[in-house]
Amino acid sequence: MQTECVECGAVITVSEDVMQGEILACSDCGAELEVIELEPLTLDLAPMEMEDWGE
Amino acid sequence: MTGRRLSVGIVGASGYAGGELLRLLSGHPGVEVTQATSEQHAGKFVYHVHPHLRDQSSLRFVSRDALAACDVLFLAMPHGQSQAHITHYAGLADYVVDLSADFRLRDPAFYAAAYQRDHLAPNWLPRFVYGLPELSRDALTSAHYASGVGCNATATMLALWALVKSGTIVPDQPVIVDLKVGSSEAGNSPTASSHHPARSGVVRPFQLTGHRHEAEVQQAFESYGAFDIRMAVTSVEMVRGVAAAIHLTLPVGLPERSLWNHYRAAWDNEPFVRIVHARQGIYRHPEPRLLAGTNYADVGWEYDPDTGRTVLLCALDNLGKGAAGSAVQCMNVMCGFEETTALTFGGIYP
Repeated sequence: MQTECVECGAVITVSEDVMQGEILACSDCGAELEVIELEPLTLDLAPMEMEDWGE
Repeated sequence: MTGRRLSVGIVGASGYAGGELLRLLSGHPGVEVTQATSEQHAGKFVYHVHPHLRDQSSLRFVSRDALAACDVLFLAMPHGQSQAHITHYAGLADYVVDLSADFRLRDPAFYAAAYQRDHLAPNWLPRFVYGLPELSRDALTSAHYASGVGCNATATMLALWALVKSGTIVPDQPVIVDLKVGSSEAGNSPTASSHHPARSGVVRPFQLTGHRHEAEVQQAFESYGAFDIRMAVTSVEMVRGVAAAIHLTLPVGLPERSLWNHYRAAWDNEPFVRIVHARQGIYRHPEPRLLAGTNYADVGWEYDPDTGRTVLLCALDNLGKGAAGSAVQCMNVMCGFEETTALTFGGIYP
């Protein structure tokens, strides 16, 4: 199955056995995407822990 | 291209850009570097000056006076020397790639304004194609003469290009370019300011207005309007590298995805420009340290949809994509080689 990253629009390929709540990563922008629904397949940005990422 | 390897000469091969040409071309299956000139080091093996080339090249430097005809000639001399002898060099080779600033600008008056002196060979200016394949690939395909690129200009152009091309940036505001650069930009001639006790650890603003590379960017984008490019350069603790951060204002409320679309439209088919705009990791923006020794340029952005405040980013190796890498890429395009030949080294980390 294919869908789009909700952040950057990149094509995301999702395996057939994907589970609700599973976290996927976008290979273009690195966003973590949570599978909100399976029918229809719906992704949303997963909550991210705020950090200063080393800066 | 036929099976015969092309013979290559490098004039001014003892400098940093010349050394980078030697390194890149030593791995190129379609060419053989047969001549490398240096007046100061004539007679010495090239690895005496470029120690990383031991066992990579058995060439000895020769004087320019001994230069013989070849297929491709790279000119890697200080600015001003190529234009003084271009007729001679062009008579030696079918293809000439000049890494200096001598043939980057097409208009002699524009050159005189930018470099504060008249050009010595103005009739040659229109014969050279600007040597950044990402912007001038079609013209390079049939060219025999290519200019070099300014490293700071390259970082600026690549940072801006996706949004200039898409019409997202229009020339109605100053484009403020903050450039952090490494010490190798200054070349291999030591000066008081490059002396280690004086240079090490600095964050030294050294040209905050009137940078000569502004002219290259203005020329490259002239068909999109008269952009007001303002570069400010600061020396930082790097040997190789340029990091450009370009400050401007875009319309408010642009969807993040539309910026992605513009960047993808500009760069998805380009082998050496990568989009770095990540939500994870410690390298979420372009970082020159990762690009040392490569021909890659990484581009990215930060955009505040509430205010339109925008910073466009580009990082590259000034000796790679900003000089010798682009020159070899030009040769590949001009001579019919696969464009990425000898240029796919991906860098090292950490």
